[in-house]
Order: sequence, then C-alpha cells, then structure tokens
Amino acid sequence: MSFEDLALPLFDQLYNFAHWLTQDKTEAEDLVQETYAKALRGFSSFQAGTNFRAWIYRILRNSFLSSRTGLKTTVVLEEEGGEGLPAVNTTPESLLIEQANREMVQQALAELPLPFREILLLCEVEEMSYQEIAETLAIPMGTVMSRLFRARQAMRSVLREKIDGGRHGV
Amino acid sequence: MACEEWRKKLDGYVDGELPPAEAAMLGAHLRGCAGCAADVLERVQLKRSVHVAGKRYEPSVELRSKITKSIAARSPGRIARRWEFVLIPALVLLVAAFLLNSYLEREQASRQRVYSELADLHVTTMASATLVDVVSSDRHTVKPWFQGKIPFTFNLPELPGSEFSLVGGRVAYLEQTPGAHLIYQIRKHEISVFIFPDRDGEMRSLPTEVSHAVSFNVETWTQNGLRYFVVGDASVEDIVALSKLLRDAG
Repeated sequence: MSFEDLALPLFDQLYNFAHWLTQDKTEAEDLVQETYAKALRGFSSFQAGTNFRAWIYRILRNSFLSSRTGLKTTVVLEEEGGEGLPAVNTTPESLLIEQANREMVQQALAELPLPFREILLLCEVEEMSYQEIAETLAIPMGTVMSRLFRARQAMRSVLREKIDGGRHGV
Repeated sequence: MACEEWRKKLDGYVDGELPPAEAAMLGAHLRGCAGCAADVLERVQLKRSVHVAGKRYEPSVELRSKITKSIAARSPGRIARRWEFVLIPALVLLVAAFLLNSYLEREQASRQRVYSELADLHVTTMASATLVDVVSSDRHTVKPWFQGKIPFTFNLPELPGSEFSLVGGRVAYLEQTPGAHLIYQIRKHEISVFIFPDRDGEMRSLPTEVSHAVSFNVETWTQNGLRYFVVGDASVEDIVALSKLLRDAG
C-alpha cells in the first residue's frame, strides 16, 4: 500500500490527538503537518506488515514531546509497575459518571497530566489494543496496563471534583 | 476466584484484552456477582464517556487540503520516480532494441537485395551472347566508352604482370541507377566489377570484407563517392587481389 493509502484515512484522528496534546489549534495543525512530512520522509524505513497506525502516532507524539509546548508539559510519572494493580471498588463512581456530561468529561480529560491523557485517548478514542499502545508510547505492556489504570483513577478523581464543585456552587 | 482477584482483571475485560477462556469465566462470575457487575458497568460508562468526549476536534478544510496536496505532490511523485528509474530505462532499451533490430533487419534485407541484383546481373551477363558492350582489354578504351553513359567517372588499374585481364564493359543498373559493369578474367573465371555512385553514403552499411553471398564471393567498398562491388565465383584470394588493384587505382 502507498503512503497515501495508509496515512490519509488517519488524518482526522491524528488531528484530534494532536489537538488534545497541544491544546491549541495552530500548534495542532503544525504538529500534524510536521508528522505527515516526517512520516513521508521516513516511509521507506517503515516495515511493511508492521503497525502503521502505531508508527505514525509515535512520530506525532515524539514530534510533540520535542516541541516547545511538549517540553513544557512533559510530566515524569512515578515508577510504574506492570503487575499488582490495586483492586478498588469503584461502584460509587457509577453514579458519578452518569452525572458527568460531555463537556465535563472533556474538561477533566484536558486537565489530566499528559501521560494519562494520551493513554486514555489512545485506548478509549483510538481504540488501540494494549500492544498498539505499547508500540506507540514505546513502553512495556505491563506499564500500559498500570498507567491506564492510574489514568482512569485520575479521571474519576477529576470528575468527582467537578461534580462536587458543581454541587457546592449551586 | 474471589471478587478481589476478578476486579484486577476488570479493565482487561472491558478493554477486550483478556484471553477468551478467562473472559468467559469472568462473564459467568459477573452474572452471579452484583458488585463486580456494577464495577464493570462503571468502567464501561467511563470508557464510553471518554470515547465520546475525546472525539472533540476536527481539522479544518484548509489543513486537510494542504496535507492532501503535500502528499500528492511528493508521494505519487516518489512512486512515479521509483517507476521511472526502472520503467523508463527499460522502455528506452526496449525501443532501442526494437529500432536496432528493425534497422538491422532492414539493412540485412537491403544488403541481400543488392547482392541478389548484382548476382543476377553477373549471371545474366555471363549467360549473354554479348558479354560486354565494349570489348577491350585496354582500360584507356573502356573507360572513355562510359562517358555520357553514366553520371560519373572512375579509374581502372593497370594490369601488366597480373593474372587479371580486362574483358570489357557495359552499363548496368542497380535500383534504377546507372553504373559501370566491368568484366575481368582470371584463369577462366569471370569476375564482375560494378561501380555505382554511392549517393548520401546509403551503401556504406554494406560490409567491406569479402562475403560469400548468393553463391558468389563479393567484396564491396566505398571510395571517392563510388561504391565498388567485385562479384564472381573466383577464389576469395582472387577477389581480394582484384579489389586491391581497383582500390589502388581509385
């Protein structure tokens, strides 16, 4: 398949992901353009049969991390273990999620630290498998699972604050 | 398995990452465990909420157009150039080979035609009752005889001390062009020498070495705008020797 056939269908998603990372329209556009330019230049090094989506998302993410905004927003997470995810009873959150509207979820997502935001976007929006996420973020599978768990916990926490804040505000 | 253990696998379950057998066992557990089922429900709700909320930004038409154009400008070009590297030289070679082949075939056919005509002329002359129109062994007689009959002049060699003798001459036509047809003799072998104007060098492609064509030995060359053909059933050595005499005289 040609580069065009592989890359163009991902344009909308790549832009969405870029905008979530940069939180800025102009920067997102620059990032997407840079990603396509880099991917096109490096397409000869892409190995056919491997995951093109993970490959181009990794280019986008690396480009972002090395950009001015990316360098500023990078958050170093505490060491993540792959095993032994804490078992928590999240039943009370069920009602909370129901109360959260779309805008609130978007705000919560935007407030999450970058590593949590990006892994949630890759898993829930891009619907990538753990393996694809591991390839995109260049982290082990175990780290994918633990980071995803922590990202969801963080999301719940932010949502709770927003809902609680909304209640207090009324 | 206790609920606590199952709950560690709930993320994997809602993400579709559990092995099928394990997912089936967990599914069976969920049907009997309200707590775990509620937990799964919450996770699915969160997934769905983030899925919907995450699809937030749409690229502008301008950006789409810019990206599409930049890819179209470089990607197909790259592909085309890749093909160019292979296809164009291949096509050029193919066309060149075809043209060369056609050219060689045409040349071969043309050469064959010329040799055939000359062989016919030689044979017809040998079979004719009047071998030549000007009968003389004196080149000073034969050469002037052609004046006004052919549109060029030529030199003939002196033959003293040689085994060759000039029998005479006649006018011959090759492809509607008049030329000189001289008959030489050596040890009872008649050799025809044809001299034609080589207009535009069109006969230059003919080989200059002696070739055994149409049952005769033929040597041909171009000299001073004239094409010489030495045709006969004499030996190659004799043909070469007579050709040399003619060359030296020309």
